[in-house]
Amino acid sequence: MRFSPTLAAAVLFTVVGTAQARDLTITSWGGAYQAAQRQLYFEPFQKETGIKLVEDTWDGGIGVLRAKAQGTPVWDVVQVETDELVLGCEEGILEPLDWQMLGGKDKFLPAAVHECGVGAIVWATVLAYDGNKFPNGGPRSWADFFDTQKFPGKRALRKGPRQALEFATMAQGVPPAKVYEALRAPGGIDKAFAKLDSIKKDLIFWEAGAQPPQLLASGEVVMTSAYNGRITAANRQDKRNFKIAWDAGFVYQIDSWVILKNSPKKAEAMKLVHYLTRPENQAKLPALIPYGPTHLDGAKLVPAEYAEEIPSSPKNLPHGVFFDAAFWVENVEKLTERFNAWAAQR
Amino acid sequence: MAAASVELRRALARVERRRALGGFLLALPLVAFLVVFFLLPILGMLARAVDNHELASVMPKSAEALRNWQGIGPPPEEIVSLFVAELKEAYRRREVAIVAQRLNREQAGWRNLILSTARRLPDDAKGSWLATLIELDPAWAEPAIWAGLRRAAQPWTDIFLLAALDLARDEFDSIVRAPAEQAIYLDVLARTFWISALVTLLCLILGYPLAYLLASLPERWANPLLIVVLLPFWTSLLVRTAAWIVLLQREGVINDFLIRIGLVSEPLPLVFNRAGVLIAMTHVLLPFMVLPLYSVMRAIPLSLTRAALSLGASPLVAFCRVYLPLSMPGVAAGCLLVFILAVGYYITPALVGGAADQMISYFVAFFTLQTANWGMGAALATVLLAVTLILYWIYSRLVGIERLRLG
Repeated sequence: MRFSPTLAAAVLFTVVGTAQARDLTITSWGGAYQAAQRQLYFEPFQKETGIKLVEDTWDGGIGVLRAKAQGTPVWDVVQVETDELVLGCEEGILEPLDWQMLGGKDKFLPAAVHECGVGAIVWATVLAYDGNKFPNGGPRSWADFFDTQKFPGKRALRKGPRQALEFATMAQGVPPAKVYEALRAPGGIDKAFAKLDSIKKDLIFWEAGAQPPQLLASGEVVMTSAYNGRITAANRQDKRNFKIAWDAGFVYQIDSWVILKNSPKKAEAMKLVHYLTRPENQAKLPALIPYGPTHLDGAKLVPAEYAEEIPSSPKNLPHGVFFDAAFWVENVEKLTERFNAWAAQR
Repeated sequence: MAAASVELRRALARVERRRALGGFLLALPLVAFLVVFFLLPILGMLARAVDNHELASVMPKSAEALRNWQGIGPPPEEIVSLFVAELKEAYRRREVAIVAQRLNREQAGWRNLILSTARRLPDDAKGSWLATLIELDPAWAEPAIWAGLRRAAQPWTDIFLLAALDLARDEFDSIVRAPAEQAIYLDVLARTFWISALVTLLCLILGYPLAYLLASLPERWANPLLIVVLLPFWTSLLVRTAAWIVLLQREGVINDFLIRIGLVSEPLPLVFNRAGVLIAMTHVLLPFMVLPLYSVMRAIPLSLTRAALSLGASPLVAFCRVYLPLSMPGVAAGCLLVFILAVGYYITPALVGGAADQMISYFVAFFTLQTANWGMGAALATVLLAVTLILYWIYSRLVGIERLRLG
């Protein structure tokens, strides 16, 4: 075949054309959670608006957002943690949201309101174990998690410093409400790392939220930190007997929906964010996976039978500490580097 | 007559030329392919490892002034005021994060210093701009931050390559060892080559008898067995690795079996550790050892070993002095192939290894995918490339490259 400039131009055009004409893309946290979102939000949204929606999955990290936001982003709407929201907004890699369209800032929990993001869910990282493995009672505290004499076997934590340092601090007997005070005190971070180091040979790390239930189910670990919803979802869908030690202390936080800067689908993305945060839509989630609404009206619409299992229920809330975004915005990069170097050394 | 021969010679030369040109044109796609997909990306990677454009692109005037400034400690006021003016401008354009991120690579924590300073800068200086900065954060009085800014202002940087070798630069720009909590890469590099060497050895131990069996069987049997060896190639690497997790985990098939036959009483830790990495990588890479061995062994006449036996050599001696030397080209090629492939492994150790079993590619992926730190990713890849080339050179010296045979 002879080289034809027309053909080459046509090929180039198609390639460039496809790159520009991509569909609206939403990125969430995979596993049982994203399956619930798909059923409740993503599919109905496509039916209602006729806008085609593609999904992607991630496990967080400000660097990932930075990489994705370079040039024309390949993601439009992303669910992020608070520190990623604050850092990303400050760095100009997120679009400011149209709060009028969302119904006004006073309609949401104060912690769910930000120039560049709106709260998606209230969720928690908790201590979880398999009830069948502990007929005489499982771990009751984070001190138990770090006690390999009393409870032999491997345990798992999320890879990275977030929540791990909080739990290592709780394990030293610090009550949840005082955790960030202890971490900010001189030597607090070193003490937390020393605590982690004390069980290093029995620790493995997970990255995706879907891993902890698998690690428990396969017997690979005897206990793990986990996103609370994944544990309940495994119990409901796979008939597991996993337990959450709510009274051991937990870290709860608000994830937010953001739109990446220079998204070629900004208007559609905003429509999607609005759809996702409507109170009646938020209230549907706990029936599938127990994460709480951030819209004040949404909280009232959650059926009572599911309200018990969400982190902000009156029974659970006193044991939790709210994720300190200010602490993590300031420290997340430094501590992530330190954590990775620590984990990579034997 | 003479004219005719000149004519003939010319015609011949013309044909030769055309043939040479034709040959060159035929090879051209290959050359172009190598340049576009091999040479250019590697050159791009090398450039990334020393790239240092961030400060100069956001704050060009300060960068130039800092480049020309010699000295230790805070620079003169005119440079500081230029820096402050451009910092304000960068903050207004929301570009200050680019500078902050670059500075954070000099020293963790400087990202905050730059961002929080830019956020709180007053419109007018209180006294000098330097005093104003120091009032905002005492770190501005230290020589270290200014030396860091000067390094960030240079056209090229070596901090990533230094960091990849566990080195850093101090406030006097001299090379020092990196702080202990960052100095992990030499360790990781050594671990990478150690794991690769072990996997190569395991592949050789398992692959040599297997290839021998295949080569000595009649073709009727050898061919189906060869297909079994090749079978893993038909499944994706990810699937095979995930399958190993299922097999090796605490309540997995292998531990169940070992406990049932009473060999062990407690499940063995076989996955999310070094053992898992070695097992899974050996399995994945075994065909790359068997194939070159098989093709070399196939060409060794069995009559040679028989001759040695008939001349009175014991089977062991016949093997060691006749068969083994003849199969060495296959051994050399198989080991090289497996080792080089193993050195770049990423997904298998990431899935079946623990945090302390990750090889250098994991960190390359971590820096490029997780933190968008292209410089560090490229520097680690460059170090890996360099060390691999050196090892390859030593290896070819020891083995002799002309002795390598893939078939």
